[in-house]
Amino acid sequence: MRAFPAEIVLEAVANGLLTGAVYGLVALGLTLVYGVLHIINFAHGALLTLAMYAAFVAWHAFGLDPYVAIVPLVPIFFALGYALQRFVIGPASRGDDSNILLVTLGLSIAIENLMLAIFRSDTLSVQVPYAMEVVEAGPMLLSLPRLIGFGVAFLVAAVLFVILALTDTGRAIRAVAKERVGAALVGIDVSHVYAVTFGIGAACLAVAACLLLPSFYVSPRVGNAFVLVAFTIVVLGGMGSVPGALLGGLFIGVVESLSGLYLGDSLGQIGIFVIFILVLLFRPTGLFGARA
Amino acid sequence: MTPRDLLPILAFAALAALVPILVTAGTTLNFAIFTLILCLAAQGWNILGGYGGQYSFGHAAFFGTGAYAAALLQLKLGISPYGAFATGIAAAATVGFVIGFLSFRSGLRGSYFALVTLAFAEVFRVLANAVEFTGGAAGLLIPIDVRPANFQFASRASFYLVALGLVVVALVMTRALERARLGAQLVAVRENEQAARALGVDVLRVKLSAITLSAGITGAAGALYAQYFLYIDSNIAYGSWISVEALLAPIIGGAGTLFGPIVGAVLLHSLAEFTKSLVGRIPGVDLVIFGVLLILVVRFPPRDLPGLIRRRLGR
Repeated sequence: MRAFPAEIVLEAVANGLLTGAVYGLVALGLTLVYGVLHIINFAHGALLTLAMYAAFVAWHAFGLDPYVAIVPLVPIFFALGYALQRFVIGPASRGDDSNILLVTLGLSIAIENLMLAIFRSDTLSVQVPYAMEVVEAGPMLLSLPRLIGFGVAFLVAAVLFVILALTDTGRAIRAVAKERVGAALVGIDVSHVYAVTFGIGAACLAVAACLLLPSFYVSPRVGNAFVLVAFTIVVLGGMGSVPGALLGGLFIGVVESLSGLYLGDSLGQIGIFVIFILVLLFRPTGLFGARA
Repeated sequence: MTPRDLLPILAFAALAALVPILVTAGTTLNFAIFTLILCLAAQGWNILGGYGGQYSFGHAAFFGTGAYAAALLQLKLGISPYGAFATGIAAAATVGFVIGFLSFRSGLRGSYFALVTLAFAEVFRVLANAVEFTGGAAGLLIPIDVRPANFQFASRASFYLVALGLVVVALVMTRALERARLGAQLVAVRENEQAARALGVDVLRVKLSAITLSAGITGAAGALYAQYFLYIDSNIAYGSWISVEALLAPIIGGAGTLFGPIVGAVLLHSLAEFTKSLVGRIPGVDLVIFGVLLILVVRFPPRDLPGLIRRRLGR
């Protein structure tokens, strides 16, 4: 293993933390859906791809800055997520986990390849004046878009926390997550709450997509790179835990950054997969409870 | 297993053997051979996923291992292609056993098993892409040397018959499994694992046998792919496309049925060819249709197309 000067390692850790916050935001939607609906949404990565293309089109066709595009995309993706759960995923499940696995796999294949058919496999990116801006922090140079992403990701997590803790909808969501039958008995419309939760998950993706766009390329398969990362974060942080998703995201961001530094780009991706497999294999009961 | 049990397989073999007599166009035979390779991969998935109810999202791990082992043994060690082919199957089965041992021993089921198999396949893909020994990103090229002794044939029809022979062997093995004690135990595990265990079924052993057999068959498909196209790289051999193909065909055609994977693979790829002739070569359109079909098939039970058609016809 090569030895690197301390500043380079420090910078890699800082960059890992910045990217990790956005990973955490992607994982937030996944963990929320898992915590409430107890389903694995395999289409999560494809929905992120869709959101990134939506943000790209908003910039390309309407000249909207990716950060401004958050405003229209959040309600659009909330509605899309709501409709998907209400009309496609919910009715298909019929109480069988494997049905949900297959139906969300079908969704992800369809969405990903629809993007391929429309936009072809070229990588696209937005040109914004601040894309290459850096901020000096002590000995380190940090990318401005990633710093903004870091801040907004935490802001979104805080907003989500407040919604879950203080609003009626949030209380209903928590009630359904804890005790579905009991919640239904006191008059909560469970399938509405499911769909709202799924909608919030999709809205988180819309924000994440807009945060990623200034510093990432868009391609039909971009979501795949994130989906296993998001699953890793979710199992690492504890299924259904909001703070766990953020912390897990930061941790995975640093792991990815450091393994990229020490193993090189082509082997660097392997660190995350190996962590994922190890966690699944050796901490399954503690992390999954009886649902596995 | 009685001779009667083999009748449908014989009928299928006889019918399918007519194809190279009726069709001589190279592209059509090419398509038929490719579809047969997919049938084989899907037949492997069907043993574990269809009969055993353990849905793998990472059968590429076995397909790729079969392909890489078959290619590497010829290229690096000069082993005869037939020996390399057999070793490829053994290597894939071994990988299946190891992945199965690790995951099933940890009690991974349902979505978690699907995710862990996917992650394993990705690890293999990244490794094969990065390591010098496997040709890295450039892939592996098996030199053309057309001799039957070399597992390379001048006519596509000969290769078609070899592929068909392997599919028939897989069908006979599946039928034998259906009729054997192991098959009954496997279905019992799928239907209710706790009940099966309570009745004395050694669940871990049954699942391990299933994944080993399943991986071996899918590995054979990978080795056959390498032998026919004479080129593989990490995205072909370990790519998620083959995991998806191996899963879609049995689900669409009828998981846990003898001919389900074949019905599914033929149906899906005929549909893909038909779409191509309709809208031209737009990348991804065929997979959009596959995805939508998967959603529809799961959304409206019974969960496979033949069942759906039977019910619509009121039988």
